Amino acid sequence: MKKIISRIGLLLTLLLMVVSLSACSSAASQKNVLKDDKQTKTITWGVKADTKLFGLMDVRDNQIKGFEIDLAKAMTKQILGKDGKARFIQVTSQTRMPLLRNGNIDAIMATMTITPERAKQVDFSRSYFDAGQAILVKNGSPIKNVKDLNHKGAIVLGVVGSNSVQNIKKFAPKARVLQLSDYSQALTALKSGQGDALTTDNGILYGMSIENPGYSVVGGTFTKEPYGIAVDKGQGQMRDAMNNALTKVENSGQYNKLLYKWFHKVHGFDFKGAER
Amino acid sequence: MISIFQNYGGELLYGLGQTLLCSIIALVFALIIGSGFAILEVVPNKFFRVIARVYIEVFRNIPLLVITMFFYVVIPMYIVEISGFASGTIGLILYSSAFIAETVRSGIQSVDPGQMEGARANGLSFWQAMRYIVLPQAFRYVIPPLGNQFINLVKNSSVLAFVAGFDLMYQGNVIASDSLQSMSTYLCVGVLYLILTLPLSYYMRYLEKKLA
Amino acid sequence: MLTVLGAYSWINIRFLLEGAWVTILVSVCSIILSYIFGVILGIIRYVEIKYLSAIVGFVIDIIRNLPLILIIFFTYFGLPNIGFKPDPIWASVIAMAVFESAMVAEIVRAGIVSIPVGQMEGARSTGMSYWQALRYIILPQAIKNMIPAIVSQFISLVKDTSLATIIVLPDLMNHAQIIYGQNTNYTIPMFLALAVMYFIVCYSLSLLSQYLDHRLGTAKKSGEVEEVVQGAER
Repeated sequence: MKKIISRIGLLLTLLLMVVSLSACSSAASQKNVLKDDKQTKTITWGVKADTKLFGLMDVRDNQIKGFEIDLAKAMTKQILGKDGKARFIQVTSQTRMPLLRNGNIDAIMATMTITPERAKQVDFSRSYFDAGQAILVKNGSPIKNVKDLNHKGAIVLGVVGSNSVQNIKKFAPKARVLQLSDYSQALTALKSGQGDALTTDNGILYGMSIENPGYSVVGGTFTKEPYGIAVDKGQGQMRDAMNNALTKVENSGQYNKLLYKWFHKVHGFDFKGAER
Repeated sequence: MISIFQNYGGELLYGLGQTLLCSIIALVFALIIGSGFAILEVVPNKFFRVIARVYIEVFRNIPLLVITMFFYVVIPMYIVEISGFASGTIGLILYSSAFIAETVRSGIQSVDPGQMEGARANGLSFWQAMRYIVLPQAFRYVIPPLGNQFINLVKNSSVLAFVAGFDLMYQGNVIASDSLQSMSTYLCVGVLYLILTLPLSYYMRYLEKKLA
Repeated sequence: MLTVLGAYSWINIRFLLEGAWVTILVSVCSIILSYIFGVILGIIRYVEIKYLSAIVGFVIDIIRNLPLILIIFFTYFGLPNIGFKPDPIWASVIAMAVFESAMVAEIVRAGIVSIPVGQMEGARSTGMSYWQALRYIILPQAIKNMIPAIVSQFISLVKDTSLATIIVLPDLMNHAQIIYGQNTNYTIPMFLALAVMYFIVCYSLSLLSQYLDHRLGTAKKSGEVEEVVQGAER
């Protein structure tokens, strides 16, 4: 009996230590990310490597390639000058926020939608791409839009950490949502028949559709998903630098060039609306 | 941390239930299959011994995640639909049965060969001797390691998180992203896992002392 | 048939090998770290130093009873809170080292316990101190007994590196997933490659264990040791 009590006592002490350790995280480091980056001449970006158009790992040379990669490189040059370097860390929707808040990365450019909940935890730049949520289905599927998914027995696939899975619960509350660890896994699951549809932003879905002609985006968009660059809370200077760099990239015409480079093969992409 | 329990208690408990369910189902089937292969390893017929050996070596040397993904991705593509929970459970069964087979085999081999000789001398067939004399004694050696195998099963069931199996770890991932509080959520998940595994672990240690 | 050839193109094989290299790198670093710390912790547990052993024992119990994925998350997301910011490779190494050290510690403790008391008595009676007896008489014998269980643990370590794919560790599993994620036809070839590559590494390790057993003459294990350390096997 005594042993059990001393064991419980030990457990509580340990628990207390661990809880206080996790509370430590909220004592945000008072460092200045922009200043540090200017010194090291490097900005560390968290990017996706599993989305065709925005950031995809190229097996041939182990490099990530995509619209966001190129945009990040252009913006790095604007912020740090010609010899500024952009360093890329692969993130998933699940890992990007903790990594940013822990300081492993300086900024997130990973198809991240600006939402009020997220804005409480991080600071967003203004939007650099306007996407909308949509669904991807196998060709010939009876599902034509998101409302068709709102019945018992429907299974929708999504990715942990994307706000798409939260939104889909509003538009198709009766459907069951399976959350996979990243887009590559989710697409594989769709192709294995684990779900009726995959839901995320239309840009990402278009990329999947290009690589997999047997699947198409249906129903148009049912939400607005403005992508923003996220920096840690309190890094206002970094955020302003991002906004300025974005403006410069847009004004110089580089933005439109990159847009065309990556999206000119996409069916139904609204260039006039997206150009800046 | 308390707030996570308050806001997501339902999901966490559901996940805990799924973890427990998966572990129990896997234990039962892995025991049956594992014991079967353990016996196959000691039968006089060489052909069966080889088959058992191959099965055990294959499933002991391939990661659980690979086996699970095979049932989640490949089988549904070409043969039949398998849900996340099912593919994780099947993977767990195949994986654990290989280890249980080895445990049971060493249990069988710990039984004095004289027992088998004596049984055969009394006119019992190999299978009768196994069933009535050897196996009952073998299981006494095998209980403590089996308890540890169950704890391993509970831990390994976390692979369900990779295939949307709605277990405790999956719920942890979903809640961590939904609440935007990773560490608090995972601490809660850790505590819940410990509630399952720690008492069992202490009980196993107590049993070992008793049987020694 | 053509798709199989495409799946095993040099580009893909090279990508897989790059992943395998990371798997091996993480495994070897973790094995070395966890062996060192595991033995130290195991000895601390056995020797029963007043408060240290109890605390160490408790922490080991907690770590051993948590899923490895959870420990990986704690390391990757939690460690930066105390200043250290590891990338996926080092986070995996640390997480696995922590987990496996706890496992090895338990094996070590059980292994030392299984050495007959007479050994310690005999050593002390020839004038050795407790620590000398431990170091020159008890430990060498204990480690010989433990080798099968420890190598078995290390085989598990190699397999468990596949779990770190969730924090985007660019290992064999992750690279295979990337390849078949970008081309469905490559799925079965990739799974075959995964099975074969992991099997080759792990089975070789288990053959090594059998060889070591043979050489050290511990092929016939005492029933007691086998029982106690069996529990640690995964």
